[in-house]
Amino acid sequence: MTRKQKRLAGIGGMVGVVALAVGLVLQSLSTSIAFFNSPTDIVSNAPVPTQRIRLGGLVEQGSVERGADSKVRFRVTDSVETVPVVYAGLLPDLFREGQGIIAEGTLGPDRVFLADTVLAKHDETYMPKEVVDDLKKRGLWEDGKGMVAPKGGEPVAMTGAGS
Amino acid sequence: MIVELGHFALVLALALALVQSVLPLIGARVGDARLMETGSTTALGGFVMLALAFAALTHAYVVSDFSVLNVAENSHSAKPLLYKITGVWGNHEGSMLLWVLILSFFGALVALFGRDLPASLKANVLSVQAWITVAFLLFILLTSNPFARLDPPPFEGNDLNPILQDIGLAIHPPMLYLGYVGFSIAFSFAVAALIDGRIDAAWARWVRPWTLVAWVFLTAGIAMGSYWAYYELGWGGWWFWDPVENASFMPWLSGTALLHSALVMEKRSALKIWTVLLAILTFSLSLLGTFLVRSGVLTSVHAFATDPTRGVFILGILCVFVGGSLALFALRASSLEGGGLFAPISREGALVFNNLFLTTACATVLIGTLYPLVLEVTTGAKISVGPPFFNLTFGPLMLPLLFAVPFGPLLAWKRGDLLGAAQRLYFAAGAAFVAVLFVMAITQGAAILSALGIGLAVWLMIGSFVDLWGRASFAKAGLSNGLRRLSGLPRSAFGTAIAHFGVGATLLGIVAVGAFGTETVTTMGPGQTVHAGGWGVRFEGLAARDGPNFTEEVGRFTILDGASEAGRIESARRLYTARQQPTTEAGISTHIFSQVYVALGDAVANGGQTVVRIWTKPLVTLIWLGCVAMAIGGLVSLSDRRLRIGAPARAKHRAARPVAEPAE
Repeated sequence: MTRKQKRLAGIGGMVGVVALAVGLVLQSLSTSIAFFNSPTDIVSNAPVPTQRIRLGGLVEQGSVERGADSKVRFRVTDSVETVPVVYAGLLPDLFREGQGIIAEGTLGPDRVFLADTVLAKHDETYMPKEVVDDLKKRGLWEDGKGMVAPKGGEPVAMTGAGS
Repeated sequence: MIVELGHFALVLALALALVQSVLPLIGARVGDARLMETGSTTALGGFVMLALAFAALTHAYVVSDFSVLNVAENSHSAKPLLYKITGVWGNHEGSMLLWVLILSFFGALVALFGRDLPASLKANVLSVQAWITVAFLLFILLTSNPFARLDPPPFEGNDLNPILQDIGLAIHPPMLYLGYVGFSIAFSFAVAALIDGRIDAAWARWVRPWTLVAWVFLTAGIAMGSYWAYYELGWGGWWFWDPVENASFMPWLSGTALLHSALVMEKRSALKIWTVLLAILTFSLSLLGTFLVRSGVLTSVHAFATDPTRGVFILGILCVFVGGSLALFALRASSLEGGGLFAPISREGALVFNNLFLTTACATVLIGTLYPLVLEVTTGAKISVGPPFFNLTFGPLMLPLLFAVPFGPLLAWKRGDLLGAAQRLYFAAGAAFVAVLFVMAITQGAAILSALGIGLAVWLMIGSFVDLWGRASFAKAGLSNGLRRLSGLPRSAFGTAIAHFGVGATLLGIVAVGAFGTETVTTMGPGQTVHAGGWGVRFEGLAARDGPNFTEEVGRFTILDGASEAGRIESARRLYTARQQPTTEAGISTHIFSQVYVALGDAVANGGQTVVRIWTKPLVTLIWLGCVAMAIGGLVSLSDRRLRIGAPARAKHRAARPVAEPAE
């Protein structure tokens, strides 16, 4: 091979691999990423059932039911709206009522959220960042104080950590 | 008092690092040997100071001195001694101190073992190394001082996060940091070469062993971390594509590429500019990892406590070092002479192929890790990129690379013979084919992809040794001659074969667990047996027990293989009293390469029943044993004469020549 051909072969190979990678990345970004939603987002603007979403909020007090079929049902709330969640699988050790969690999955046609992953951080003073940001935006969270009552509403019976 | 001494030592280390970051550099500029020599002295002195500071902090932990804020926040007097010591780096401040200690340790190693380096190169390297030390010491002293006092001191500490109270913490972070931070040497060499505007094969011969050392530790550290997460979190998963895992995996990918490209540079003086760039990128990715883990910008299972000022500070360090080194690269790279071209089908070509795929795969991991951040900053939308993304992008990019691995060592330098290499791989291909058919047969054709995956793994494992087999040529030379030939081969050939074999073993484990592992979640009462994946698991009962700083409820299980007993395990739910934090202690029964993994779920109200999660994990330990093989391959390669003696030996060699000709 001449010098020029060698160089062309090299550049061609590189362009090919990079193009392949770009194609794969674009393809999977369009199908496999999950958007973060609060319960209010989901209630007001329901996503299509195929869209993967991350639902973040607090586990409502008294809402956790463990069924005989090893499925766990609970409700996730941002103190304005609540979304029922069904999850079959292993809950993190720190999953408890009042704790901030993130559930990942899809919204079923009956408006029940089918979670395939539930994340609760391994630290009792932790709130998922997305949940805190979301609560802050709507004045339900203050740095150093945790959950605060929505203005003009009932006090929230939740102990969001973070103090 | 000891605490104040530690703090003082830390400040002294900063002063020494400041001197080290300037004087040797000036010395190298003006050619003053004495100024250049200050680099070694300050590097050693700085290391001693940091070791003292670290010892002082460790002492505060061991004696549970709760007047130190860091100790009060992360330790407890009832904690076992081992975890008091490992607790030193189980938190942000202490782990930063360990980070810098290791950084200066590597600097001291260059000072000690770099006697034969060209003086100006050594001076530049040590100065660059000191820049990093200065930046991180400032970071520690200004934003994360581990020696801050607390007044009045509390009677009892907050305890270490129970998840971290494990032998894993003793091994995983130090190993990982030795890897991460070890790449700083390659970085310093690259920047020094750019400052000098000169680079040659001897440079590569120097950089490769340092990179290899860092790579070996990083490989072992990542594998250890993966196994730790596997048994400690109780989720039965071994890799989560968590941003923090990615943060350690990206430097590993580019470090692996660097190892291979440095080989081309050493042997053929080609790919110089690319190798320098890779050295810079690898350490930049290590810095990026440090930033991601400690700034709290990402939601992750193991990010440290967050503090915005720290994040901004590390972002600053990241920008200065990455931006600065890349700018220097842009300015000076053209002054480095490029290497010659070579045929695409050749050893060099194979190594370029390796680099191309590894760096592209690394880039996709980078995109997946940073894309949520970028999108949030630019559009405000919050997304998460999870395992599906990485499986869809990283996986397909790895396949051609893994397929090509056995070809690499069989191709000659300059101009290789692909057909000849393929002919030598007949046996490996046949074995892979048989493996595919075998898996297809036992699954009745249900698992085509898994069968192909296992075939690929077998291809890799056997193909890795074809080079050694060929060079020994047992068939022609007979057994004893063949063995003699083998013993005469350079150790690096064995290292390559063992490491590549390890890649195959890891792949085999990954595919087997993914395809044939089972997961069962059920409620069990005492005496009940559940069958899963060919194993029986009998629940024997629950019992309460007290540990030193926790209480636990222990479930005892008997593992049955058919009717016979194959092992007994305990699986527990623990409550750590100081933090009132529950953890799951999984029970794992290992049978050669396969494991049965049992985790206790929640207790059910009636009659000693409990939710139990049982995973069967065929060949799962191969995932980590393969990594161990990779690390061993690296060590074997490191013991090669060529690297041990390396470039500088020629000077000694020449001096020794009048006396005796070296035996080789």
